[in-house]
Amino acid sequence: MRAVPTLPPAQIAPLAQAYAEAVAAKRRWMIGGIGLLIVLSLLSGWAGQVDLVKFWNGLPRFVSYFHDILPRLRLETFFADLGEWFWNFDGWLALLWDTLLIAYVGTLSGAVAGFCLCFLASANLTRSGLLRFTARRTLEFCRTVPEIVFALMFVYAFGFGPMPGVLAIAIHTAGALGKQFSEVVENVNMQPVEGLTATGATYVETVRFGVVPQVVSNFVSYMLLRFEINVRGATVLGFVGAGGIGKELISSIRQFYYADVSAILVIVIGTVFLIDWLTEILRHKLLSLDGR
Amino acid sequence: MTSPVSPLRARADADRASLKSRYPTAFRAPLQTRLLPPAVVVLAAGLAFYALWRFGFSPEKFIDGLGKLGLVVSLMIPPSPGNQLWNYIGALGETLSIAFLGTLGAAMLALPVSMLAAKNVVANRIIHFASRRFLDTIRGVDTLIWALIWINVVGLGPFAGILAILTSDFGTFGKLFSEAIEASDRKPVDGVLSAGGSDLQGFRFGVLPQVLPVLLSQVLYYFESNTRSATIIGIVGAGGIGLYLANEIAQAEWPQVAFLILMILVTVATIDWLSGKVRFAVIGAQGRAT
Repeated sequence: MRAVPTLPPAQIAPLAQAYAEAVAAKRRWMIGGIGLLIVLSLLSGWAGQVDLVKFWNGLPRFVSYFHDILPRLRLETFFADLGEWFWNFDGWLALLWDTLLIAYVGTLSGAVAGFCLCFLASANLTRSGLLRFTARRTLEFCRTVPEIVFALMFVYAFGFGPMPGVLAIAIHTAGALGKQFSEVVENVNMQPVEGLTATGATYVETVRFGVVPQVVSNFVSYMLLRFEINVRGATVLGFVGAGGIGKELISSIRQFYYADVSAILVIVIGTVFLIDWLTEILRHKLLSLDGR
Repeated sequence: MTSPVSPLRARADADRASLKSRYPTAFRAPLQTRLLPPAVVVLAAGLAFYALWRFGFSPEKFIDGLGKLGLVVSLMIPPSPGNQLWNYIGALGETLSIAFLGTLGAAMLALPVSMLAAKNVVANRIIHFASRRFLDTIRGVDTLIWALIWINVVGLGPFAGILAILTSDFGTFGKLFSEAIEASDRKPVDGVLSAGGSDLQGFRFGVLPQVLPVLLSQVLYYFESNTRSATIIGIVGAGGIGLYLANEIAQAEWPQVAFLILMILVTVATIDWLSGKVRFAVIGAQGRAT
C-alpha cells in the first residue's frame, strides 16, 4: 500500500509558515475589529446613558405593562367583554380609514412627482449634468429628511389634520420612489429609445413610447411596496397631529387607557398584515402579467 | 408606388378578412385589455378625490398654507445654531449612540432567535411558525410606539431610545437573518457532518461562513436607516436630536430648525459613506481570507 504522498520538509516549511501568517493576520483583524466594537459600545453606552440597574429594576414594569394592556376577557361573558374592549370600534375604524387614505394619497402623489423627476435623474436619458445633479440632490433631500419632521413643519403651516400628513408622506415618497424609478430607467433597453430618436420624436414622446412601456410594471410594484411602508408610517404621523389613528394611540398611551392601547394596536397590526398580504398578491399578479 | 412591398405582404393583404377572423387578438386587443389602463386610472383618481373630499381639502386653504410654508422657508435662511451649538452636538452624539447600540444589540439578540425561525436549522414546524409570528408582531409595532413603552420602564432619555431601536430591529433582523440562513447552501454542512462534526460544528463551519457577509451588510444597512430613525425618536422624549428639533419647531425658531436639519443631513450622508467603506473592507477581507 502506498502512503499518501507528502512534500519534502524543505517545501512544507514555507507553506506552513505562509498559512500560519495568513491565519494570524485574519485573527489580528478579528481582534482589532472586536476591540473597536467594544470601545465604540462603551463610548455610546456612556453617551446614551445606558443604566443596567435602572433597566433591571424597570424590567418587571415592562412585563406588567403588557399584562396591564391586555383586556379582561372572561369566558362566560366573552362577547360582552370583547364589546367593551373594542368599545370605540367604529370611531377607530373611521380613523384607521383616514390613515389608510393618507397613505394612499401620499403614495399616489409622491409617485407622480417621483415619476416626473426620475427621468431627469437617469444618466441614460438626461445628458445635461447640471439638470441630473439637481434632480438627484432634490430626490436625496426629500428622502433623507424624516417624514415626521416634514409633518411637524406642515402642521405648523397647514394646521392640524390629515393634509400635513399627506404632504409629508408625498414628499418622502417622491424622494424614495424617484430614486428607485431612476434605477429602473437606467437599466432599460435603449434600442426603442434610439429608434424613436432616429424618427425625430420629442423628449416626451421618447419617454412615453420608448421607456414607459418597459418600466411600468416595475414602477407599480415599487409603488405597492412603498404603500405598505407608508401605511406603517402614517399610523405614527398622528403623534404630531397630522391626522389618522396615531393621535388616538398616543393619547391613550399617555393617559394610561391600557385596554384602548391594546385594542388600537391589535387593529393597526391586523391592518398592516392585511395590507402586506394584499399588496403581495397584487405584486405577484403583476409580475405574472409581465412575464406573459 | 403601385407594387407591394413584398410578396408576403401582398398575400396577407389579399387574405386580410380571413386572417382577421382567425386571429382577432393580433389585430385588436380584446376590450378587457384595452379598458384596463383607463379603468385603473379612473379608479385611482376617484379614490384620491374621495380622500381629499373626506379630508375637507380646499384649494384656498392649501394655497394659504403654502404661503405660510414659503414664509417659514424664507425665515430659515440663514441657518444658525443660536447659542445652542454644543447642546446640539451633544444631542447628535446621543443620536449616534442610540443608532449604534440599538443596531448592535438587536443583531446580537436576533442571531440565536433567527436560527429557531430558520427551517433548515430547527425542523420543528411549531417552533418555526411561532417564532415567525412573534417576530412579525414585534415588527408590526412602530419604533416610536416601542419608545413610548420603554419610556414607561426606564424613564425619559436616550436609553429608552436605544431599547426602542433594539426591540423593533430585533424583529426585522430575526426575519432577515433567518431568511439568509434558509437560503444558504446545504452541502458544506453535509460535508462537516460526514467528516464526523457535530450539528453545532456543522452550523459554525458550514452555515456561518456563508451567511456572515450577508448578515453584516444587512446590519450596516440598518445602522444607516436607524441613524435616521434615531433622529426623530426624540420627538416622543427618547433622547437625541429629535427633542431639540421638535422644540425649535414648536417655538418657531426657524434658523435653528434649518441648522438641525442640515446637521441631520450631513450626519446621515457621512454614515452612509462610512458604512459603505466598512462593508467593502470587511467583505473584501472575508474574500481574501477564505
